Amino acid sequence: MQTIRIDGITRVEGHGKITIQLDDHGAVQDAHLHVLQFRGFEKFCEGRPFYEMPSLTARICGICPISHLLAGAKACDAIMGLRIPEAAELQRRGVHLAQIIQSHALSFFYLSSPDFLMGWDAEPSERNILSLAQKHPDIAATGIHLRKWGQQVIELLGGKRIHTPWIVPGGVASPLTAAARDEILSGIPEALAAATRALMFFKHMMDKLSDELEVFGNFPSMFMAIGRKDGNLCLYGSRRRHEGWLRFADADGNIVADNIHPRDYQEYIGEGVDSSSYMKAPYYKPLGFPGGVYRVGPAARLAMARQCGTPLADEALNDFRGKYGDIPQSSFQNHYARLIEIIFAIERMEQLLREPEILGRDFRAEAKANEPEGVGIIEAPRGTLIHHYKVDSNGMMISANLIVATAHNTLAMNRGLKQVADRFLSNQKVTEGMLNRMEGLIRSFDPCLSCATHADGSMELVVEVLDADGSLKWRIVSKPGVL
Amino acid sequence: MEKARIATLWLDGCSGCHMSLLDMDERLLEIAGKIELVFSPVVDTKEFPDNVDLTLVEGAVASDEDLEKIKHVRSKTKLLVALGDCAVTGNVPAMRNNFVLEEVLRRSYIENATANPGAPIQEVPLLEPKVIPLHESVPVDLFLPGCPPSADLIYFLLNEVLEGRVPDLATRSRFGN
Repeated sequence: MQTIRIDGITRVEGHGKITIQLDDHGAVQDAHLHVLQFRGFEKFCEGRPFYEMPSLTARICGICPISHLLAGAKACDAIMGLRIPEAAELQRRGVHLAQIIQSHALSFFYLSSPDFLMGWDAEPSERNILSLAQKHPDIAATGIHLRKWGQQVIELLGGKRIHTPWIVPGGVASPLTAAARDEILSGIPEALAAATRALMFFKHMMDKLSDELEVFGNFPSMFMAIGRKDGNLCLYGSRRRHEGWLRFADADGNIVADNIHPRDYQEYIGEGVDSSSYMKAPYYKPLGFPGGVYRVGPAARLAMARQCGTPLADEALNDFRGKYGDIPQSSFQNHYARLIEIIFAIERMEQLLREPEILGRDFRAEAKANEPEGVGIIEAPRGTLIHHYKVDSNGMMISANLIVATAHNTLAMNRGLKQVADRFLSNQKVTEGMLNRMEGLIRSFDPCLSCATHADGSMELVVEVLDADGSLKWRIVSKPGVL
Repeated sequence: MEKARIATLWLDGCSGCHMSLLDMDERLLEIAGKIELVFSPVVDTKEFPDNVDLTLVEGAVASDEDLEKIKHVRSKTKLLVALGDCAVTGNVPAMRNNFVLEEVLRRSYIENATANPGAPIQEVPLLEPKVIPLHESVPVDLFLPGCPPSADLIYFLLNEVLEGRVPDLATRSRFGN
């Protein structure tokens, strides 16, 4: 028995390690993702006022702080027992769409596209956004533009790109001005053009990525997402409109559990501990642990949605379904799904901004803690995010339970790793490029490992193959990159 | 002129400081013309190289691995920058210091678990009982607070260093927002 360790997965958010077990003949026995740091938000929030929670939990993740701000604010809204004003709701939905755009652009262009464009087996020093900018300046510029625009919209709405204090319990902290709205609107045509270019480019590229499509997490599994009444793609889940209830689908896309109120999530979702990772493994309770595998994220959302609900995104989705079928079974399709969701987010943003109520002066409702518990659920860029708070009669936190998007995919990522290892590593001389494909599988899920454990870490990669007695058989150390 | 060898390291933080670095947007490409990014989460370099001119470090020191890394990085870096409030003060990661570590682990892995409860023990780093800021583990040359520091400020710092000046951050930076 040998163990290969990829210690320090790069181009993902957070600190992770992959281990691969090979038998004496070099056949893959198992593969596993380990998440390596832990912070403990669920405990150290104890004794703090509930209304601090959105800003505090934003610090779980610098890529998707808006998701934590919104899930946290929704949980606080529930504790206060109120419905937020329409202007606040429209602005919250708008800032969420902006985050979907910037986070998906980061995942696709900055983190994953070097694998497709520079090549899985390219020199490690070549596989990054800065090298990409030299070799494929148009594509890099498109990615930088989309991420930048998403961040700028967040700043125009919330005053700050990262960790805005503007999303608050009961609504938002300030109204939107007509000037800011118009500035956002003026950027929409260029953003939409960039997103459409990106989609066209990747659509053609997909023909060369059939190996990846075949083995990057390609297996039947259940899916989970939040839903709307009309069955279309749902990202925010409006409490005002009684939307955003949880739903599960089977591997064929049939809904097997529907209209699950956020407060009832624990009837369907359990959390298993993996003794070799700080990331827990949620599972579908009716099927038990670890059998209750389900996936979340962009591909899962599109598998479950009737349509997106905007013209260009629906056209792209229909095209995608025509070619690959209604259910994107391979997790590699998350990349494609991200590009469709970027188009959707830009189109929907325009619709929201054109609603006159978005400029309303009633933007924040006030109340004390009126309920002992509150649950807030939202679709973060990488999947369903759940915040659950319990408070005392003074509104001080007693405890919190946070289930983040990446964690839902734990069991699926491990299955995907095994599949990629079987295809590329079994009975072969292992190369750095092969191991990069293992990391690529993880990147296709766009994990936030710091979210997953409410922690994160740093990156180094040394691959060691050990004999059964633990002695070093061989070692790969990647070369320092030169830009 | 030889390009400056720059690295970025990410310990116990949220990645927000690294995202702020990326928020330099097109200026990234301009900076890239003047530096070699020899180690960072956004490039595939896997081992921290020798002779690094400047390392930006995000995050506090929370585990035995963090401690080992920061000592290693310090020994290979001329100028070490504590980037952001977690590196400078411990900030949010250090909020667990108000509790006994076992209690913090108990909440996540026993109370909030429904299958296979118990704290993870294999393949994972050992958590330190207390989270500490960078300067409590190694000497730090520059402190750039902020949650996160703005992209403009990071850009200013890099340019000053590239021009051979010590950046004067006193009137430019602030903690928190």
